[in-house]
Parts: sequence; structure tokens; C-alpha cells
Amino acid sequence: MDKRIASLAAAVAGIPDGATVMIGGFGGSGAPIELIHALIDRYLATGSPKDLTVINNNAGNGHVGIAAMIEQGMVRKMICSFPRSADPRVFTERYLAGEIELELVPQGTLAERIRAGGAGIPAFYTPTGFGTDLAKGKPVADFDGRSYVQERWLKADFALIKAETGDTLGNLTYRMAARNFAPIMAMAAARTIAQVSRAVEPGGIDPEAVVTPGIFVDAIVAVADPAQEEDLNRANAHYPQVQA
Amino acid sequence: MTKLSNAQIAWRAAQDIHDGAYVNLGIGFPEMVARFQPEGRQAIFHTENGILGFGEAPAPGEEDWDLINAGKKAVTIKPGTAFFHHADSFAMVRGGHLDVAILGAYQVAQNGDLANWSTGPKGVPAVGGAMDLVHGAKRVAVITDHVTKDGKPKLVERCTLPLTGVGCVTRIYTSLAVVDIEGGRFVLREKLAAVSLDELQSLTGAPLHLDGAVADLTVPEV
Repeated sequence: MDKRIASLAAAVAGIPDGATVMIGGFGGSGAPIELIHALIDRYLATGSPKDLTVINNNAGNGHVGIAAMIEQGMVRKMICSFPRSADPRVFTERYLAGEIELELVPQGTLAERIRAGGAGIPAFYTPTGFGTDLAKGKPVADFDGRSYVQERWLKADFALIKAETGDTLGNLTYRMAARNFAPIMAMAAARTIAQVSRAVEPGGIDPEAVVTPGIFVDAIVAVADPAQEEDLNRANAHYPQVQA
Repeated sequence: MTKLSNAQIAWRAAQDIHDGAYVNLGIGFPEMVARFQPEGRQAIFHTENGILGFGEAPAPGEEDWDLINAGKKAVTIKPGTAFFHHADSFAMVRGGHLDVAILGAYQVAQNGDLANWSTGPKGVPAVGGAMDLVHGAKRVAVITDHVTKDGKPKLVERCTLPLTGVGCVTRIYTSLAVVDIEGGRFVLREKLAAVSLDELQSLTGAPLHLDGAVADLTVPEV
């Protein structure tokens, strides 16, 4: 077994129109910029994939990564907790123009819905949101004298995540707080594609240090020295690059 | 009129954080509380994106953007820092593992309802972790100016803005007073000596109850 894929283009080739795609990252930390940009390259060359539903904590920043996907018109719907950022204009303008749908989910509920999706739990009860506008229309129940809201699992066709080290069996480690949503998204997607800064043979990761076991990962693609979204935004980068 | 600065409100809130407490500070003004930890006490700060026990902001130019807090500002690691994924992070929040969460507020009602995420239907709605943080911490404290910018009470009978959580706030540190929420009522614990009870009541949107002596709210220049 070898889960390595030779190129970013090959890694994202199977994502069809209308797919639901979880994308790791919290702001720029953990954003799989190279996988996202490979998806944009494919869209620009072929017109596909479009009408995507994207699940991420945010809704893009500046003109790279998820913001660039939205700017190109690939995204029909965002499921996120905080569609604001240092420069949220791309999402904001589309949203206010009615061109993109938003499902706003409290951050911890978003995480738990994804975890539940990966763990085979179709619904759960949480205190979060009880009595608020974000719980409207959802079933509620009392347990031991407290009120809770029923939330449903969240699954995806694909997850695009960024990891630090990956072995050919798909075992992953992460770098600092870049971990955020990646381990649970890897569990909740039918096909998980990880870009790894370092690809190693089995045995190259101490079993005690594995964060995401390879069973949750379908493909790894090596991207040495990956771009950091925050650095790109501080350099006012656009993707694709604006031709001068 | 005499009132505490934001830094002074943060200082007062920090005095109630015990040694060894696990603490989440909301984005913005509440982050200031970390600067005023009393000597000899060590609190461990939690940030929703997945760090416990992070350190101060790095020097400019030293930022590592994989190492940020929930406000997406750069932080640092220090001995004892731990990383974890988002579902574990919110298990810490909802599961009752945090000792205190300190948050900002647009409005707090006398029954403990909090409104701090939305000022109405205009624009793009965004909630982040606000609705999660109000559930689970053993104490949910609010730090806020006593009144809005145009002088209206922020401590109210009922919230008129969209709720973040129901019956969740246990203590409010304002620019004028420290108020507990007990049995669906505001109970005044401390107030600035320069502010009379009548003045304070006139700036508060629901009755302030007394339960024993009201202490002077004394805060150093910070």
C-alpha cells in the first residue's frame, strides 16, 4: 500500500461539480493552500469543479485560498462559524448580493458535527445555541434539568487538509495549532487528501506521535515548504496571480 | 463621571482567577485580563483553536502563523503548552473543564441571559465560539462598560439583542461596579465609592439588589 500521489493536480482530479468539501484550517493556520490552488487551476482549465459546498471555520481572507475559490465562483454554499477575517470582502460581497449561501454554525457545534460524522453518530444534543436564533427549528430536549439542542452530523465527499509529516500509509502529524479541524475532517470525509510538508516511509513516524491514523486518510501529496496564507495576505497576494 | 478604564476592569476581573485555573478569554478586550494575573498565581489559558497554556505575543517579525489564538493573533509556546484538535478543544469548553470564561457583552439580563454576538440582521452574521463558551465553564463572567456609548444600560431586565446564551452569566465586572447574578436578580457586590447607589441604579436597566454590605471597588492605576 502506498497512498502517495505524485502531483497536486492528480490529487484533486476526482472532485466533481456539486461536491461537499471540508477544508482544514483556522484562518491561515493549517490552510492547505497548495491543494486549494490546484483545485482552482483545474476549474480555470476545465470549468470544473463548481457548485461546491465548502466547510471551514471561516469563509476566506484576502484573495488566496478559500477566498480565491469564492472569487472564481466555484462555491455555492459555505458552512462555517465565522465568515469574517482581516479582509472578508470576497465572501461579503457575494453573500450580500445573494450569490452564495451561508449556513452559520457555532464553532464548537461545527467541530462536534464533523466529529460525529466521522464517528457514525447521526445526531447529538448540545447546550450550545439553546434559546438562540441559531437553534430555531431544531428539536430540543431536557436532560437532568438542562435544555439541549439536537444537532446533526456533518459529512463530506472530500476533505482537503494540511499535515506536517505523513507516511505512505497515511499516518499524520501536524504542526502546532495548524492541527485544528484536520483530524476530525479526515474522519468525516469519504475521501481525505492530505498535503504533507514531509513524506516518509512507514516507521518514519513514532507510533506514539501519530495524531491522525492512516485509516482516515486516502491520499497524501508532498508539498515541501508550503505557503502560509497569512504571509500571502500580508504580501497582498492574489490567486491566480494578476498579470501586470 | 468617574469610571474604570478597560484595563482597570480587566485588572479587577483578574483578581478573581485562582491559582491553577483554566481560563478562556474572549477575543478583544477580555484578552487584556491575562496581563493582570496576580503575583504568585498561575492561570492556564485556553484558546478555542487548540492550545492550552500558550505564552505572550512574540516580538514583531517573530510570528509563526501556525501558532495563533482564537483572535488569529500570533502567540508563543512555553514549557507545558499543549496542542489538540477542535473537537477536543470544545469538549474542554462544553464539558465543564474550564474554571472561568471571561467575555464581552452588548447586553446582560438579570436572569443571566447574554447578548454578545450580533447587533441585528444587517450584514454578514458571524458567531465563532461565542455560543459554546457560555456553556460549560464553571463561571461565566462578563467585563463591560456599565452603559453603551450613548449612555443606555447594558445591564437590562431582558436582552433585546439576539441572545448568545440563556441564563449563563454568573458575574459582571463593569466600569462602575461588580454585580453577581443570583436567582434571576442582579446583586450588587462592589461599586466605585464616587458613585452613589441612586446614580448606579439610574444607569442600570433592572433593580440592583443588596445582599449584605457593598464593598468599595478599588482598582489601581494600570
